[in-house]
Amino acid sequence: MNVALDRVLFGDNQFFGVNHMSEDKARAQSMKFQDLAAIIEVLDLAYRSGIRTFMCTTHDRIAEVCEHFRAKADRYPDYQFFPCMPYAHKYANAVTEHGMLDALRMFLPSEGALGAILRGGVALASRDAETIIRLLVDAEMKMFQGLRTPVIFLQNVVTDLVLGLGANACFGIFADHVRGRYAAEPGFITMNVPRLLDALEAAGIDNPIVCANINKIGFRMCGGRELYEQVLAARRFRPIAMSVLASGAIPPREAIAYVRQFDRIESIVFGASSAANIRQTKSLIDELYA
Amino acid sequence: MIRTAIVGLGKMGLSHLAILRAHPMLDVVGACDSAVYLTDVLARYSGLACFSDYARMLDEVRPSAVLIATPSSAHATMVEAALARGAHVFCEKPFVLDVADGERLVAMADSAGLVTQVGYHFRFVGAFQEAARIVRSGALGTVHHVRAEAYGPVVLRPKGGTWRSARDAGGGALYDYACHALDLVNFIAGMPDGVDGVVRQGVFSTAVDDEVYCTFRYSRGASGQLCVNWSDESYRKMSTRITVWGTNGRLTADRQECQLYLRSRHPALPDTRPGWTIRYTTDLTQEVWYYLRGEEYSAQIDYWAESIAARRLDGRNCFRSALQTDRLVAMITGTGGGLRPIPVVHPGRRPSWWRRLVAGDRA
Repeated sequence: MNVALDRVLFGDNQFFGVNHMSEDKARAQSMKFQDLAAIIEVLDLAYRSGIRTFMCTTHDRIAEVCEHFRAKADRYPDYQFFPCMPYAHKYANAVTEHGMLDALRMFLPSEGALGAILRGGVALASRDAETIIRLLVDAEMKMFQGLRTPVIFLQNVVTDLVLGLGANACFGIFADHVRGRYAAEPGFITMNVPRLLDALEAAGIDNPIVCANINKIGFRMCGGRELYEQVLAARRFRPIAMSVLASGAIPPREAIAYVRQFDRIESIVFGASSAANIRQTKSLIDELYA
Repeated sequence: MIRTAIVGLGKMGLSHLAILRAHPMLDVVGACDSAVYLTDVLARYSGLACFSDYARMLDEVRPSAVLIATPSSAHATMVEAALARGAHVFCEKPFVLDVADGERLVAMADSAGLVTQVGYHFRFVGAFQEAARIVRSGALGTVHHVRAEAYGPVVLRPKGGTWRSARDAGGGALYDYACHALDLVNFIAGMPDGVDGVVRQGVFSTAVDDEVYCTFRYSRGASGQLCVNWSDESYRKMSTRITVWGTNGRLTADRQECQLYLRSRHPALPDTRPGWTIRYTTDLTQEVWYYLRGEEYSAQIDYWAESIAARRLDGRNCFRSALQTDRLVAMITGTGGGLRPIPVVHPGRRPSWWRRLVAGDRA
């Protein structure tokens, strides 16, 4: 399976108050997008500019977006989602409030053999751990029912945690489940590309889709920009560049020109909330890749 | 390679474990937690030697460094056990719940020549480091007020069955949230000499505080305020901010940016013009070798490893430094500053404003 990736993907940070530069800007954005209509308006703007892939976190509010796209399917005949799971704060807050086991119970179906295992709090066999991973993926995927999701990503906080723990087999469990159950290609978001590529290779995942910060100032490119450049030249993987503008720290033309020099990079994901920014970034990418 | 063990595999512990394992100078030789369901899975998938008994782990794997990320009430005895076996220690915040324990452990580490550190990771955030640099330079003139704030969405309804909702375990917003803000006050503006006007209340919790407010007093005449509330859903995640006012300007820093307003150019910062100067995290952040959740978490572990290699005993966030924050906490609880402890007010029993006014009850 070799899913074709669009050159330009639309991200969702701006909708949920994520901004790497300013908490005030983040808050202003989350105010602006508290109504679904405001989010749809921006997605429509992006769609009219030719961006038909929405790469989004499995935030509760994305369920409303999905509902819209299901209801108006005829309006977006070629639209697709790249879900990125999980929305980590949902889990982190639940663990802080309820403890790890109770938090897990909250997010999993309560019936069945698994419920009994969790209630018992006894040692989990590895088969059970695999079942839990699959059930968590299924729980996150519920909102996308009936929509096209050709690539399903593991968020960087989980990818990089598993990577650090050295539990590489978990990448394989995720990849197998995503392929088997959703006929989708697994994707991995990371801040640690060189290290992750070794781990994915060890897990037997060939030519993986990897989404990572790739920008001219080396912002959150662990291992350093030079090592990333070597990896981009030499390793077999399908990179998607994010944080290309480094939250606005690099002028757009310069930022995209930097990414353009690496032939291996298949896509650029960016988020914006104004028509002018969306059009400008999209047409810059089109121009530099023409 | 430094033989390293970790105890406590909750949210912070797992994150620490991932960072430890990714560090080129550290060799993780043991991990310990009382939750067997967790250590079993971890052992199977990561190949780590896992334990459920802390003392047994220390005796069997003989680590030369130990990271402690257990609930706060266990810190003192676990730190002591590690130091007694000659291990360097990294302990999650808050350091200890009893200042006397802290003093004993500082002395113990000093006499054994062991490296210590506490997980006040905000001191490794570029924007807060920049704030500390500017305040210490004197460019703000005479500092007369500081405000430290921390808000977030942790306890949003009654109930909660974890140690964070148990007072004896060091739960509550004071130990969990406020101590970060207090440590930043110590780091950026210096330690206050006194505390008054303490308010610690439950919003939803019945046994611990969900909000903490107080006034700081400095003997030089400056004042400050602490505003902490972890029952605020309008924040997506923990948000911590410190503002310092001086006769020559104002500075505000959070994890993302450091905003400085200078009234006039100051010889201590000759390149900074009057008016606003804003520096962002993209510009202030030092890259790390491995990233998980934020550069500061990796940076603090890297600093600890380097301290061990260099036998740096008085480094950033060493026990002695973290004990200052525990002292500030003790002033707030009334156990360390001669102040009367203020009881936690529970929502159900909170008297009306009118009755409080009539009764002259400030609690």
